[in-house]
Amino acid sequence: MSRLIVVGISEYNIAKNGDVLVTYALGSCVGICLYDAKMKIAGLSHIMLPSSQGFNVTFEQEGKFADTAIKRLLQLMTREGAAQSRITAKIAGGAQMFAGLNNSALSNIGERNVAAVKAELMRHRIPIVAEDTGKDYGRTQYFYSGDGKMVIKSATRGEWHY
Amino acid sequence: MNLFDFSSLNEMQLDALKEIGNIGSGNAATALSQMLNRPVMIAVPRVTVLDYQTVTDRLGGPEELMIGLLLTISGDLTGMIMFLLQKEFANMVLSDLLGEESFDVDNDMGRSAVMEVGNIMAASYVNAIASLTGLRIELSPPSFCMDMVGAILSVPTIYYADISDKIIYIEDEFNNSINHAASHVLLIPEVEALQKMMRSLGLG
Repeated sequence: MSRLIVVGISEYNIAKNGDVLVTYALGSCVGICLYDAKMKIAGLSHIMLPSSQGFNVTFEQEGKFADTAIKRLLQLMTREGAAQSRITAKIAGGAQMFAGLNNSALSNIGERNVAAVKAELMRHRIPIVAEDTGKDYGRTQYFYSGDGKMVIKSATRGEWHY
Repeated sequence: MNLFDFSSLNEMQLDALKEIGNIGSGNAATALSQMLNRPVMIAVPRVTVLDYQTVTDRLGGPEELMIGLLLTISGDLTGMIMFLLQKEFANMVLSDLLGEESFDVDNDMGRSAVMEVGNIMAASYVNAIASLTGLRIELSPPSFCMDMVGAILSVPTIYYADISDKIIYIEDEFNNSINHAASHVLLIPEVEALQKMMRSLGLG
């Protein structure tokens, strides 16, 4: 039996042996799935903010930010035997939940999160092989360590497989 | 920049916030009750300093379908007010208010009516706080979202994530006297706003 490993907001974790990672209800946050297909090692990170620049970030807070979280998740995966050169990414989230907010800090945070995640993955030379981002609805993200499949579920709009 | 620790608030300050929540929600409940022409119950407000996970768990888990109405407050106080309504609660309000079953949160007419109700309730809420504290508070129009409660709450959580790991919620629960559909209103002040409210009440 495969286990279901829950990744909370601003957390990251890895899975092996066919176990499944899940993060619930991504809104403007972004869920980043990383996979080494040869070793069948999967990683999932649920970030809230684009960049840790300007903050005194403690170890516990590193999962919040795209830059620090991706770095930590890669370390965790390579420690388990994954090779960074083999890792590919699937990303989801970054929605705009509330339309028409006249608050610039809030109105495009999803978009900025997605852009930061892409820039950070590019910096680590990790290709993005699937993406379900933007729009205006929440997403629950499942990631299967057995085959690297990502499944996205929404509250009212259905379910997609990547 | 270091993150702010909301748990540094003392008992007396928490009581003051509870009282603010009490007065605000009392006013909002009266406004709702007048619109619906029937009694609306409010629970004693809870002031809690919570992380996102705990709040979503308390509201039925991150995937629970809910309606969120978000209004930002500005002026002397800055922050947000968020109404979280069960779909049943919103539809009940609509049928009471408009007397027609055809108004539903799944259609545009129903949505804009719900937003207007949220607008009136939020205005009553902040007016109460404004006259209590003597501070000037302005309210944005509401924005509507029906989705997983975790995704809705991620919006204020992200907004405050660069200030603190936790959010202070002043939470009030409204209940209709006939059925048990509930709604919650969360007042989410910014740190500076929190300090201003405290000072205006002589607790700074």
